[in-house]
Amino acid sequence: MLLKNPKRAGWLLLAIFLFSVRVAWARTGAAPVKMHIMEGYLPLGWAIFWWVVAIPFWVIGFRQVRHLLRDKPEQRLLLGLAGGFVFVLSALKLPSVTGSSSHPTGTGLGTILFGPFVVAILGTIALIFQALLLAHGGISTLGANAMSMAIGGPLAAYGLWRLLKGKVPTYINVFLAAFTADLATYVITTTQLALAFPDPVSGFIGSWLTFAGIFAITQVPLAIAEGILTVLIFNALQSTASAEMQQLGLQEV
Amino acid sequence: MSAQTQKQPAKFGIGLTLVGILLIIFLTALPLVLVKDSDFAGSDGAGAAAVEAIAPDYNPNWISNIWEPPGGETESMLFALQAVAGGILIGYFFGYMRGRKAGPRDSED
Repeated sequence: MLLKNPKRAGWLLLAIFLFSVRVAWARTGAAPVKMHIMEGYLPLGWAIFWWVVAIPFWVIGFRQVRHLLRDKPEQRLLLGLAGGFVFVLSALKLPSVTGSSSHPTGTGLGTILFGPFVVAILGTIALIFQALLLAHGGISTLGANAMSMAIGGPLAAYGLWRLLKGKVPTYINVFLAAFTADLATYVITTTQLALAFPDPVSGFIGSWLTFAGIFAITQVPLAIAEGILTVLIFNALQSTASAEMQQLGLQEV
Repeated sequence: MSAQTQKQPAKFGIGLTLVGILLIIFLTALPLVLVKDSDFAGSDGAGAAAVEAIAPDYNPNWISNIWEPPGGETESMLFALQAVAGGILIGYFFGYMRGRKAGPRDSED
């Protein structure tokens, strides 16, 4: 029953991969974007805009975390694990084929376990740590960075996860969710920069392609690695924490 | 239906897990072999450079970081600290689960 349609999943994977490579090839040589927008690198208006967009997600996220801790206190440890995963992965700057370094997000796992709103909180905690202690990202750009890494990426992953749930083998779905959360984060960052800095000649689209630049080539291998790692952790969770996973409806027996 | 006897196709054995780990190492190590003459700097600076190329008049210094690590060493220490914090949470979780599964051990001996 699990392997209902592995072929289709395989084709989907291949299509996504080829598309990413195609996009990347089209723009090699352009400047890469980074995962977090540096302090000051968004004009005040956009910085405020993204803060305002992010706030409702934080509010809902806070509520969901509170409810989770109250109603299912036994999930506390698993929540810690999901947060720890984000912390570890977003601290690892991995070398990439473009000659620069970039880091994965780790948000896919938490999204599958607890949904995108809870991850909005987990991801934002990591972002605040990096903004305050590492000068990596910033407070003015916290809204925008949260929108991409902690909210948008997880939302995209969650949508895909729900859509494919039961239709593809679980491990493929887990892989795709983690892969998507990672990659979508970069797509959103790119969009944010392109909106704030449209190219004087080619406008938003031209700017988007410039900022997207190498991100696919930079990020696709890392997103694949993150996908595999998330599958391994998910698998380990199913065998070591089956009670918790069952409570979250994530355990097939 | 009994959970114990049924095959659980979602779970990987040790073999597939090892394959997965090797794949991850391969994917991260590959650039080190493929790309020569690069120090794999963070793309932070390049992203900022792209902004400067598109909007040369833009002044990003309207706000600056409250605090910045004085140098690369302190920065990598703080990054390591972040990874350690996450690693503790992950290790604690799996250790706790393993201990719970094993059950209480006789402490009399």
